[in-house]
Amino acid sequence: MSLFANTTILLGKELRTEFRSRELLTTTIVFILIVLVLFSFTFDPLSEEARRFGSGLLWLAFLFAASLMLQPCFLREQTNDTLSALRLSVSDPFAIFLAKLAANTLFLLLTELLLLPVFAMMYNVPVLPVLHWLVLVFFLGSLGISVVGTALSAISAQARMRELLLPLLLLPLLTPILVASTEVTGALLDRAPYVQWKGTGFLAVFDLVFLTTLWLFGEYLLEE
Amino acid sequence: MTLGAVGPTAIRFENIDKRYGGLYALRCVSLTIATGECVALAGRNGSGKTTLLRIAARLVRPSSGKLSFSSAEGVENIAARNAGFVAHATMVYDELTAEENLLLFARLQGIAQPGKRVEAMLHEAGLFERRDSLVRTFSRGMRQRVAIARALLNAPAILLLDEPGTGLDPQGTAWLAETLQRMRDAGCTMLMSLHGESEISALATRAIRLDAGKVVADTQAGASVRSILAFADA
Amino acid sequence: MKNVLFVAVVVLLLGAGAYAAFFIAPTDAKQGLIYRILFLHVASAWTGLTAFFISFIANVLYVWRRQPQWDWLGVSAAETGLVFTTVVLVTGPIWAHPVWGIWWTWDARLTSTFVLWLLYVSYLLLRTLIEEPDRRALLSALFGIFAFVDVPLVFGSIRWWRTQHPQPIIMGEPGSGLDPLMYKVLFFMWFAMLALMTLLLRQRYLLEAMRGDVETMRRQWEVA
Repeated sequence: MSLFANTTILLGKELRTEFRSRELLTTTIVFILIVLVLFSFTFDPLSEEARRFGSGLLWLAFLFAASLMLQPCFLREQTNDTLSALRLSVSDPFAIFLAKLAANTLFLLLTELLLLPVFAMMYNVPVLPVLHWLVLVFFLGSLGISVVGTALSAISAQARMRELLLPLLLLPLLTPILVASTEVTGALLDRAPYVQWKGTGFLAVFDLVFLTTLWLFGEYLLEE
Repeated sequence: MTLGAVGPTAIRFENIDKRYGGLYALRCVSLTIATGECVALAGRNGSGKTTLLRIAARLVRPSSGKLSFSSAEGVENIAARNAGFVAHATMVYDELTAEENLLLFARLQGIAQPGKRVEAMLHEAGLFERRDSLVRTFSRGMRQRVAIARALLNAPAILLLDEPGTGLDPQGTAWLAETLQRMRDAGCTMLMSLHGESEISALATRAIRLDAGKVVADTQAGASVRSILAFADA
Repeated sequence: MKNVLFVAVVVLLLGAGAYAAFFIAPTDAKQGLIYRILFLHVASAWTGLTAFFISFIANVLYVWRRQPQWDWLGVSAAETGLVFTTVVLVTGPIWAHPVWGIWWTWDARLTSTFVLWLLYVSYLLLRTLIEEPDRRALLSALFGIFAFVDVPLVFGSIRWWRTQHPQPIIMGEPGSGLDPLMYKVLFFMWFAMLALMTLLLRQRYLLEAMRGDVETMRRQWEVA
């Protein structure tokens, strides 16, 4: 069975499981909403500053949400030791990671896009003219978050205090994503919007670097 | 039941050690299990039975020593060398139905015509009526049936079982014994860890006892299967 | 005996370095005496990174070979690196305050160093949360690999971010505008710091080796 075939099958399983219960999606969406509202109390949301701060706040909210959303990723494979069943069935263990990170990227992207109109309304920023670019940034950023997050979720699932541990490990590692995504998003939401190519390229590089690292070392993360 | 064609499937453990930070779970274990043998593995909790099985299943790497299958070097993937594994945990997803679970694993392993195979397995395991129910709603006995069905999907030539009868009612145990007998008679090589005697242990053609990670008794050396299994158990 | 000699050499080197920093290096026209902290600040930064690099190599080797020695080297190098990184973070404000009147500048390098510090603190925290020694060694090695791969991305992204939001460069770029004599003193100081790093690393390594043995004995005793 090829890597692609196995990944597709597993991705199907991840999506089916999530869309059946929708637990992760709903809790993540509500969490981001809460963060956005709370942030609005810390400065004047309708001022000029809102445009500048807005993109940073948005990505901070995404990062926090992701660090919570990614916790069950490997934890739920521990309940019935289904991880062992997967390891026994797939020819390349990287398929397990690929499927999970693809699913996580999709879930993150979905919540981000669902919340975009809310954010646009709350902070009064025009998103429609630059929508396709925003989707690109959201995708690249979410991919980076998912690649690293999925890997670290495999680590934290095997340690104590895992609820606190995952954010602790994840957030410093994702600093480059926060920096680059905020810059690119900020440029797109500016009064005179433009595409920050350097930042976008940087995100792609980040994604590639960590995908490669995960590919090289992933199987050891799954060892018993 | 036709088994996947692999050839003489012996399992050979050569000087297998497994250390967990200085503590030995297995120490210098050397065993050869011939094709078609049905081996009962006895021993107290913590004697290393589960570790040995998980090493045979390629889920755990030995700290030292060599594991090989038939006369060739160990093959990486259990599906590729046709082995099934049944553990304490069910290794199936509670949030999926019985059919979805089996289809998932059948497809992952590249089984031809997975739909048909799954349907046949569901019938065999007596799960066909409940195939659209989430595994979460199943009783312990039924979950075990799903677990075993999963392990038998690719008609393995090697079967590894870790206390498969735990939590099964008499009906379930009878079904399991019957299924395993069919596998054994079809030439499947089996290694199963057990606690004491039962319908399942009666299938064994050989028994091995582990204590503190070492092999301390083997029917090959002359002891009887009964005596090994009857030895005071925890 | 060899140990005492080594310590003596390190003390001598550091002493010589300090002397050079105070008396040999020429005076800076603008900043006066305080600029001399640069020799400690920058040399510590370079030494810290060297230590983290050693930790990275040790991590990779552990994943590959699974010998406990590499795990001991990994954690020793990480802790040693953290010590030097802390010195960087402490000398930063000490330098900034008399010159500019503020304690913290969000200068690119200093900010990146802070993230670096957080990354390796997380590495050490992770280790305390996994009890089984082989698991701990493997999982922390894998995290260490991810962390080190992130380091250039962190520094790169923050530096780029600073070019987007320029501020007066408080610390001065040591890489530009340094008198050649200052360079010589800096490199000598780095050499002295590397000697100190080696000493600390060695001591920490021996301690970890002993801890490993004690833990093994304790676990064996517990089982018996």
